[in-house]
Amino acid sequence: MRCGPTRTAPYPTFATHPEAREIVFDFLSDYDDPSLLGAFWVTVQLTFLSAVGSLIWGTLLAAMRVSPVPLMRGFGAAYVNIVRNIPLTVIIVFTSLGLADIFGVALGAPDDFEVKYFRLAVLGLVAYTAAFVCEAIRSGINTVPVGQAEAARAIGLSFSQVLRLIVLPQAFRSVIGPLANVLIALTKNTTVAATIGVAEAALLMKEMIENEAQVLLIGAIFAFGFIVLTLPTGLFLGWLSKRLAVKR
Amino acid sequence: MTEVSVAKEDRAANGELVVLKSVNKHFGALHVLQDIDLTIARGEVVVVIGPSGSGKSTLCRTINRLETIDSGSITIDGKPLPAEGKALARLRADVGMVFQSFNLFAHKTVLENVMLGQIKVRKVDKAKAEEKARKLLDRVGVASQADKYPAQLSGGQQQRVAIARALAMDPKVMLFDEPTSALDPEMINEVLEVMQQLARDGMTMIVVTHEMGFARSAANRVVFMADGRIVEEAVPDQFFSNPRSDRAKDFLSKILHH
Ligand SMILES: Nc1ncnc2c1ncn2[C@@H]1O[C@H](COP(=O)(O)OP(=O)(O)O)[C@@H](O)[C@H]1O
Ligand SMILES: [Mg+2]
Repeated sequence: MRCGPTRTAPYPTFATHPEAREIVFDFLSDYDDPSLLGAFWVTVQLTFLSAVGSLIWGTLLAAMRVSPVPLMRGFGAAYVNIVRNIPLTVIIVFTSLGLADIFGVALGAPDDFEVKYFRLAVLGLVAYTAAFVCEAIRSGINTVPVGQAEAARAIGLSFSQVLRLIVLPQAFRSVIGPLANVLIALTKNTTVAATIGVAEAALLMKEMIENEAQVLLIGAIFAFGFIVLTLPTGLFLGWLSKRLAVKR
Repeated sequence: MTEVSVAKEDRAANGELVVLKSVNKHFGALHVLQDIDLTIARGEVVVVIGPSGSGKSTLCRTINRLETIDSGSITIDGKPLPAEGKALARLRADVGMVFQSFNLFAHKTVLENVMLGQIKVRKVDKAKAEEKARKLLDRVGVASQADKYPAQLSGGQQQRVAIARALAMDPKVMLFDEPTSALDPEMINEVLEVMQQLARDGMTMIVVTHEMGFARSAANRVVFMADGRIVEEAVPDQFFSNPRSDRAKDFLSKILHH
């Protein structure tokens, strides 16, 4: 203020010196294929497909864990306790080296490596994340008073109807918060798919860091990219969780 | 005594609807139901009374098989209770149940609570189910609350909705497990009135309650339970004014002082 109207900014900014932007971000133009957006798009696809898959599989596992059939309960418990204690990297590497290379599982794309490993990565992420979804939903089921299921049985609903119509809808509503955490963790966990060469964001980041000097900037760009993906998810689900809360 | 035999003749004429024969049930070492023999005729209203922990709730719950039994048999309208699966679910629909804690489906509106069983169990189409639900809600006096959620209703209103929900299945018999015990005193009567009307309309009812006014005015018979056994059965007036067993005398002296 004291310096009067003729004073110019003391430090050059991208606004005052457009050429600076070109110097700093110049390296990005080397990454047209795969591009930054393209890599994040793969991350989004990995996240979305794995989220849908693990919600379905995790819900089925939770249903098994509360089922009256001992064999199903046993399977559900064993699955969760084994899978959630194995590092994700090991699971993803197993889908690629074990399933694909040794057992020849190709998930419908034996010749297209890009598609094959993408699908295998989704499979691994679903298998892993479902264990956490299952436990979140099971804790939600435990918040539903037993009287709800009893009243449902008393009007003649079958076990699966009681679960589908009464218990799970209430359980889901009470675990949207914990499920948001699982979903955010999943988004970040997709970076493990880089291990088997899926061209998502982390793989591109690794490549860029190897080739460029601006390591901190590259890190910041990718960190920002993940925050852009996860923050709205968290905020939206937080809002939804409040809106759908079951009043007792 | 003559009153008792009149009641028995009535029962034979109307036919037996619920028959328990030598029913036994344990919870671990606890023998909750001991050789229970109980027959309830079509249209009969039976009040079950007894100290806390005597097995009244368990008795109700075995009748629609929310609890299994260890030995003996239970038949509803001549059909034995199936072990599990579809047949059991269908039978449960024939036995309406009203709980002490209402247990309305918390994530559904009052109207949806009363429609759900009709649609999913009786396979009634939606429009018909809604029409019937509204009629029943009107009958129990909560028609104006149809679009609210259970948590927005008073206890008395919730319990009346629970009665409507059970009635929507056209049950052959209704079980009430202490339906007014969780209610504030000023709401007890609105629920009892609905139950009294139901009794007058000829519904077969098994009611666990300590409401003597209801027992005297609506019940054909009082069954007194203690320690998992049926200790005494009598018509209400006789039971309340002239109990035969010491357990019943002792119990009545305690509740009458309240
Ligand atoms: N699910 C259960 N597991 C173990 N014990 C139970 C269970 N339900 C009830 N009981 C026991 O059985 C006895 C009878 O219970 P209940 O039928 O609820 O009695 P009432 O309704 O007459 O008070 C009580 O001692 C109670 O603690
Ligand atoms: Mg009880």
